This record gives sequence, structure tokens and C-alpha cells, in this order.
Amino acid sequence: MMEIGLTHYLVLSTVLFAIGLVGVMRRKNLLMLFMASEILLNAVNVAFAAIGHYYGDLTGQMFAFFVIAIAASEVAVGLGLLIIWYKRTDTIDLDTMTSMRG
Amino acid sequence: MEMYLYIALFAPFVGSLFAALFGASPKTLWSGVVTSALLFASFVSSVTLFVYLLQGGEPIHTELMTWMATGNLYIPFGFVVDQVSATMMFVVTTVSTVVHVYAIGYMDHDKAFNRFFAWLSAFVFSMMILVMSDNFAGMFIGWEGVGLCSWALIGFWYHKESATWAANEAFIMNRIADLGMLIGIFLLYWHTGSLQYDVVFAAVPNLDTSIVTLMGIFLFVGAMGKSAQFPLHTWLADAMEGPTPVSALIHAATMVTAGVYLVVRANPLYSLIPEVGYFIAGLGAFVAMFAATMALVNRDIKRIIAYSTLSQLGYMFVAAGLGAYWVALFHLMAHAFFKALLFLGAGNVMHAMSDELDPFKMGGLYKVMKWTAILMILASVALAGIWPLAGFFSKDKILEVAFSSEHYIIWAVLWITAGLTAFYSFRLIMLTFFSGEERYKEHGFHPHEAYKFMLWAMAPLAVLAVIAGWFEQQFVHFVTELLPTFEFHTHHVEMMLIAVTSLMAIGGIVVAVLLYRNGLLNPKLQQTAVYKLLFNQYYIPKFYDEFFSKPYAELSKIFWKQVDLKVVDATVDFIATTIYKTGEGTHTMQNGNLSSMLRWMVIGTVGLLVLAVLYVKRYDILALMQMVFPGLGA
Repeated sequence: MMEIGLTHYLVLSTVLFAIGLVGVMRRKNLLMLFMASEILLNAVNVAFAAIGHYYGDLTGQMFAFFVIAIAASEVAVGLGLLIIWYKRTDTIDLDTMTSMRG
Repeated sequence: MEMYLYIALFAPFVGSLFAALFGASPKTLWSGVVTSALLFASFVSSVTLFVYLLQGGEPIHTELMTWMATGNLYIPFGFVVDQVSATMMFVVTTVSTVVHVYAIGYMDHDKAFNRFFAWLSAFVFSMMILVMSDNFAGMFIGWEGVGLCSWALIGFWYHKESATWAANEAFIMNRIADLGMLIGIFLLYWHTGSLQYDVVFAAVPNLDTSIVTLMGIFLFVGAMGKSAQFPLHTWLADAMEGPTPVSALIHAATMVTAGVYLVVRANPLYSLIPEVGYFIAGLGAFVAMFAATMALVNRDIKRIIAYSTLSQLGYMFVAAGLGAYWVALFHLMAHAFFKALLFLGAGNVMHAMSDELDPFKMGGLYKVMKWTAILMILASVALAGIWPLAGFFSKDKILEVAFSSEHYIIWAVLWITAGLTAFYSFRLIMLTFFSGEERYKEHGFHPHEAYKFMLWAMAPLAVLAVIAGWFEQQFVHFVTELLPTFEFHTHHVEMMLIAVTSLMAIGGIVVAVLLYRNGLLNPKLQQTAVYKLLFNQYYIPKFYDEFFSKPYAELSKIFWKQVDLKVVDATVDFIATTIYKTGEGTHTMQNGNLSSMLRWMVIGTVGLLVLAVLYVKRYDILALMQMVFPGLGA
């Protein structure tokens, strides 16, 4: 059986990141967009943890924890806003959010 | 004593700033009175310093502050009051105080009364810097300052096309000459390592004669511009577009004599190069006669006096060129008094005649303007050089200098010019104040005498025009402490020279009085070629116009159309339109749709990532390319 090394983790991270990126670009549903961005962040977390382990340095893992904490708070705020938006407009479709048009 | 120096220097400056505060507001009498009072303070200080030096005091040398100090270059704001600058300060403050008081009356009805006084006092300040500075750099500041103020005052009535034209002409002519002067100053610094008068003049005798000659020539080019010597003379007559007090102060008594002052100040330099001195003297004699002939036929009282100024400046340059520096300074002083007086008198006439300047339309004004007439006659007699007035002593000395240094041609030219001077001065007097008929009535003028205080303001000048010459001995004794003395070898013929010159002057007066006693001359004379030549100022302005102004304008047009529009403008426009079009083309990105903006963001991120990778891999790529194309080199 093959040893699972740094490369595998990095490949996983890249694949996850690509999935997240496609989600960000293609999804019109705001909730899905949130999930896509979570995937992006967690892809980076995997890479951080793997590289931290590879070098025997805790900084990478520590940074991953920070990212998780910030992602959690971001989701809390973001979902709150999302609910208010849904109550007001009855939709969370991204294409209807055009109030920023210049 | 230093306090007096600073009061003399800065009082006009304070006055100028004060008047400038109200420069844009309507007439306030205060601005005139305050500037005049401050100038009087400056005058009193100058006289105090003058008397202090006269009583044998040491010249005062102060340093206000350092201006430039880098490496070997050290230029301070330093001022010196020695015999020469004290004389100049006395002349400048006397005439400008009189002119300020006079101008309160003369500019009475002018809308820009306050602005006038702001500029006039600023001029006096610049002039004081010019004469008091202890180095060439400071003098150059004053030199440019008087040029600027002269520009502003010639063009004072800027709504008149001719006034702005004359102002620009004067400014540009002076700029041409100032370039020469600047080169002279650079040469001085290059070869002596300093611009302080004492250092420079101590170092000059050790230099190569050819270098000193170059210095002398370039400095004199500057003097030629300021003192309106041929061929840069045309601006002075046109400068008469300015208000008359300006003509009296700037274009007769002070600024135009700055060139003479420069030569006198630089006498240790010019003493080393007598050839340049002869050239200066020759040019001076030529200008003296040249200008006097143009004054003979002119039909504008101010221009006649302007040409007379030009002619007298020529006299001063003769004296300075032949090494009789104190004589030049003496004539400068005497001339300042009677010429300013003459101009102020002309101002009274202008006022009386509603700004009419043509003496052919006057005549018989003596009856209405008795005091003005008397003052102007006094000034004209002084100018003609009749004993015992100021002009007699100073002008006679110049003729004696020419005779004594055996330049008989110069002497003869000046001698004839003395006659011409007397003639045109009295032609002016006769046409304006006497000559039988009262022609102004035909033209519907109602002349009146000027304000009393204006006449009183002129009185000090009249007194000085009479008595200035009596102090010749004291003056010689005073200034030759600084300036070299001049050995006269003419004691045996002195009386004869005086007699011959006086006869010439009296002859000129008599001819003028006889010719014009019954009014105008036969108008047929105006058809003669000589008259036309003189009346058109030897066609020199026309020549300049045809051969310098017009080709230059054409050249400018070509550069404008071909270079400026097609190269410079096109480049700038190209940059602007490119940026504008880029914006135009890409603004659709910002459509407000979040999902498309997110897509752009991703594209941007990817782009930056690619760039980062490429940056890191740059050397690898270079190595790769070298491998593929070995001929490219490193």
C-alpha cells in the first residue's frame, strides 16, 4: 500500500480549492455560495495542516485554527444577513442583488 | 548707523506691502500718504547716512543673513553704504519721495490708485537693493526687481493695447540684456570664486586680460539694456506709455541710470580694460547725438524728454568709459534732479490738456500754468547746461574729460549735442508755453494749473536742480575716497572750453526761441527726407519689427503648428485618450451583478498567481530559453 505523503494532501487541497472556485463562479444561490467559500477555506486549511506537519512546525496548524475561527464568525454574520435579506426580498438569488450597480 | 541702513532699505518695502493690501479696493488716500511718509523716513535715513559719510565716517558694511552657502559658494544678503551707494541712495530717495507726493495729486482720479503706490514703492525697494547690495547677486536681484516693477508700471493702464505692448517690449529688451549681465556674473564667479565686490575687485587684477575684457563686455551688455543704449534703446521712448510720475522716477532719474551705476561700481574692473572703456565712451557719444537728433522733431512732449534722457545717459557713459567715474556719478545726480523735474512738469501739462501730448496742439500755456512753466524752464536751462545751474557743472566736466583724454571726436560730438540739447529743450518750452497763438483753443482744451501741493512737491527738485552743481568740490572730495580721481590736463584751456560749450548751449536756446516765437514752422519742412528719417526714429523700430519681431512670430507659428500641436500635444492627448478608452471599454465589468464580479475576481486571482509563478520561475525560463536558442546570449 502506498504511503500517504505531503503530495497527496496538497493534491486533495488543490482539488477542494478547484471545486470551491467553480462553486463561487457558477452558483447563483447565496447559501451555496457560502458553502463554496467554506470549501475554499477548508482546502487551504488542509494545505496548512499538511505542510505544518511536514515541517514539524506547529505554526501551520495554528493558522488553520485561526482560519476556522474566522470562518465560523463570518458564517454567523453572513447567515444573519442572509436571513434578513430573504425576509425582505423572498429570494436569495445572486442575480437579484444589483443595488450596487453604479 | 546700521539701523538707518535698514530703515532706508525696508521702509519702502513696508509701504509697498501696506498699499498692496488695499491694491484691489477703490482709492483710499491713506495708501498714498502712508507710502509717501515711509519713503520720507527712508529719505531721512539716507540723508543721515550721507551726512555721516560726509563727515568722514567709515563705510558701513552689514550682513542681514546668509542667502546661499554651499561648498565654496557663499552669498549673503549683505549691504554696503559707501560713498557711491550713499550718493545713489540720496538721489533715489529724494526723487522718489517727491514723486510719491506728486503722484497723490497726479493719480487723484485713477481707479487703481492703491495699486499704483504699491508698485511704485516696490520699485524704490528694488532700486535700494540694487544700489546697496555688497555683491553682484544681490545687485542682480535688485536689477530684476526694478525691471519687473518697471514692467508693471509701464503697463499700468493695462486696458490700453499700446501700454501693454510697451511694457512687454521693455521687459523683453531688458531680458536680452540681462542674459549678458548674467553671463558676466558667472564669469566673475568662475574666475574669482566670489561675488562680493571687495573680493572680486581684489582678484580681478591678477586675471588674464582677455578674461577681464569678456567680463567687462558682458556686464556692459546688461548696462546697455537697463540704460537703453543703442541698439537696445527703443523701449525707453515707448515706456512713456506709463503714468508720468513713473516716467519721472523710473525712466529718467533712477532705473535707467542703473547701467551707469554698474560701470561706476565696477570701476576697478573697467580701469584694467581701457579698450572696452573707449568702446563705452564711443557708444555713449553716439547715443548722445543719435537720441538728441530724434528729440529734435518729435511731437510728443514725454518722448522728447525720454530721448533727452537717452542722450544724457550717453554723456554719462562717455565719462564712465573714459575713466572719469566720479564725473559720471556727478552728472547722474544732477541729471536725476532736473530730468525728474522736467517730467513732473510735463505731467502737469498733460493733466491740464486732458492727456494730450502733442505740443503742436498747445502754445501759450504760460498764461494759465505760470508756475509749471517756470519750473520747466528752470529744468530746461539746467539741462541745457547754462551757468550757474546743475547741468552746467556736470555736463561741462564731461566735455572736459573728453577733451583732456584727447578724444577730440567724442568731444566734438558732445559739443554739438550740447547745442541740440538746448535747442530741443527750448523747442518744447516754446511750443508748449509760448509761441504766440494759443492753438489749444482750436482743439477745445480747457487747461488749468495743477494742485498747489503738486507744485510744492516739485520745489525741492527745482532747488536741487539749481544748486546741485555748486557742491562740485565737496562732491569730488567725497566720492574720490572710493572712486579713482581723474587727472585733467586742460587747465590752460579750461575757460575757453567752458565758453565754447556755453556759447553752443546759448546758441541752441536762441535759435529755438527765434524759430518758434511765432508758432509752428512751415509744415513743408515735414516733407523733407531728413525730417522723415528723424521722425521715424531712423526707421529702427520698423527695422526691428520687420527683421526680428515678424520672423520670430513666423517661427513661433511654425513651432506651434508643427512641433507643439503635432508632437507635444499629440503625445499628451494620446496618453489621455488611451486611458479614457480603456475605461470606456472595461466599465461594463462593473455591472453590479455579484456573480459576474466574483468571476472577474477569480480571473484576477488566477492572473496574479500566474504572474507570481512566472516571477519566481523567471530565471528558469531564461535558462530554458537559452537552452532552446543558444544564440541569444545572457
